[in-house]
Amino acid sequence: MRPVAPACILLAPAFASAASFQDALRPMGPQAEHIHDLWLLMLWTCTLVFIAVMIAYGLALWRAPRSSEHTPPLVHPPEDAERRHVIVVSSAAGLSAIALIALVVASVMTDRALANLPLKNGITIHVTAHQWWWEAVYDDPDPSRMFNTANELHVPVGRPVAVRLRSSDVIHSFWVPNLHGKRDLIPGRELMIQFRADRPGVYRGQCAEFCGYQHAKMAFLVIADDPEAYEVWAEAQRQSAHEPQDATQKRGQQVFLASPCIMCHTIQGTTAQGKQAPDLTHLASRQTIAAGTLANTRGNLAGWVLDPNGVKPGVNMPPVLLAPDDLQALIAYLEMLK
Amino acid sequence: MKRYVRLVLAFAAIIVLLAACEREARRFQEPATAASVPERSQSAELSAGGNGTTVPIGNAYEENAYAISQGKRLFVWYNCVGCHSHGGGGMGPALMDDKWLYGPEPVNIYRTIVDGRPNGMPSFAGKIPEGQVWQLVAYVRSMSGLVRSDAAPGRNDDLAGTKAENRREPAQPKGGGSPPPER
Repeated sequence: MRPVAPACILLAPAFASAASFQDALRPMGPQAEHIHDLWLLMLWTCTLVFIAVMIAYGLALWRAPRSSEHTPPLVHPPEDAERRHVIVVSSAAGLSAIALIALVVASVMTDRALANLPLKNGITIHVTAHQWWWEAVYDDPDPSRMFNTANELHVPVGRPVAVRLRSSDVIHSFWVPNLHGKRDLIPGRELMIQFRADRPGVYRGQCAEFCGYQHAKMAFLVIADDPEAYEVWAEAQRQSAHEPQDATQKRGQQVFLASPCIMCHTIQGTTAQGKQAPDLTHLASRQTIAAGTLANTRGNLAGWVLDPNGVKPGVNMPPVLLAPDDLQALIAYLEMLK
Repeated sequence: MKRYVRLVLAFAAIIVLLAACEREARRFQEPATAASVPERSQSAELSAGGNGTTVPIGNAYEENAYAISQGKRLFVWYNCVGCHSHGGGGMGPALMDDKWLYGPEPVNIYRTIVDGRPNGMPSFAGKIPEGQVWQLVAYVRSMSGLVRSDAAPGRNDDLAGTKAENRREPAQPKGGGSPPPER
């Protein structure tokens, strides 16, 4: 972060608790760095302007003519004083114009730099936003190697990522502050955002365009892995779901296939092929459920299945009221879907 | 006296306004059962010919714009469109005409969805939660103009070959229509 580190120290207390989890001030890739640099330039320019204005204001107060009721009015100010005022005011206006033009130029150059990220040797992910979750399809020239996941993107460190954005209902916005700025997802259009993660880590993303009741609970994670780890993960995602092993898991699979879950969810390798809700083939490999709302634990899963509207009021998932034994079996099965 | 009348009028206006809100109301927690539904169909109903139950059971969702539009989404999501198209029919009978093989009452449609019907219509018992079935029922009836036009869905965002549901003329329901052929 080079010569501008003081700004971070200045602002650190406000952001310290978030670490690098979701933080535009800790760029983890070239795109976020461009934006961060521009932000710092604007911050320091505006700080200098603010200080200069305050000094001028203080001087003006200090130098104000203090007249009494007996002072005769100054009808004809001296010629040289008038000229000095003109010079001071016009040079201040000129400086302001130069500063503003410099900021415009910096902004345009940042935009160009953002658009120029080379995409060679990159990966492409198709992301579709739904109320209120993210569907992701990892593209591959060989269709049999494409795979679906949801609410959690893994990307390889050091390789560019092109995310093609679509929406199935209303306008959403894709925002991972550590990696890039925002890009809207607009129904009926496809937009693209490209970024690269240069350091491994878990970066939280968030829908940044109000999209309905659960806009705030429409988050996702971008997990930057080492390229080898990424390949291992991708290969695992391409596989069908694991077969249930013990009796409880087998019963859980039966419960899943006989309940309303099957109408919307997919588990590859079974007859569940619904396309209206997150793909559950590798649910247990994800860190969160319900689009970054809850940690992926046994208790949270059970609570989510029984009462999704208690967690995210307005969500499209209906409550699935299962008998306790069936629920336990179902959760055992879902927890096995690594 | 005049003041009293004005007070009553204001009160009545508030009641009317609150009642109008119902049309848009969106409940996050659905009541467990929308209506009490008679037990499984009798065998007579399973044959075509319009001798279905005509017990009128109200469907509260028919008054509610959100529920009907949700029914419209579910109609696509649950692949009703696969056979019925968007109401015009295909492998399955048309739903936007005035002919009702098994009766036009909400409960007839409910039974059709939950129990299935011969020659193709599968049973969705245990697959579609009851509240959603009633939303679908409300939407199916809106297709032929049988629900309030101010609660029926408006036009689609994309091009559609037919009038929006809220502009369809209510047609007097008739029995009959042709069931899908046996295979």
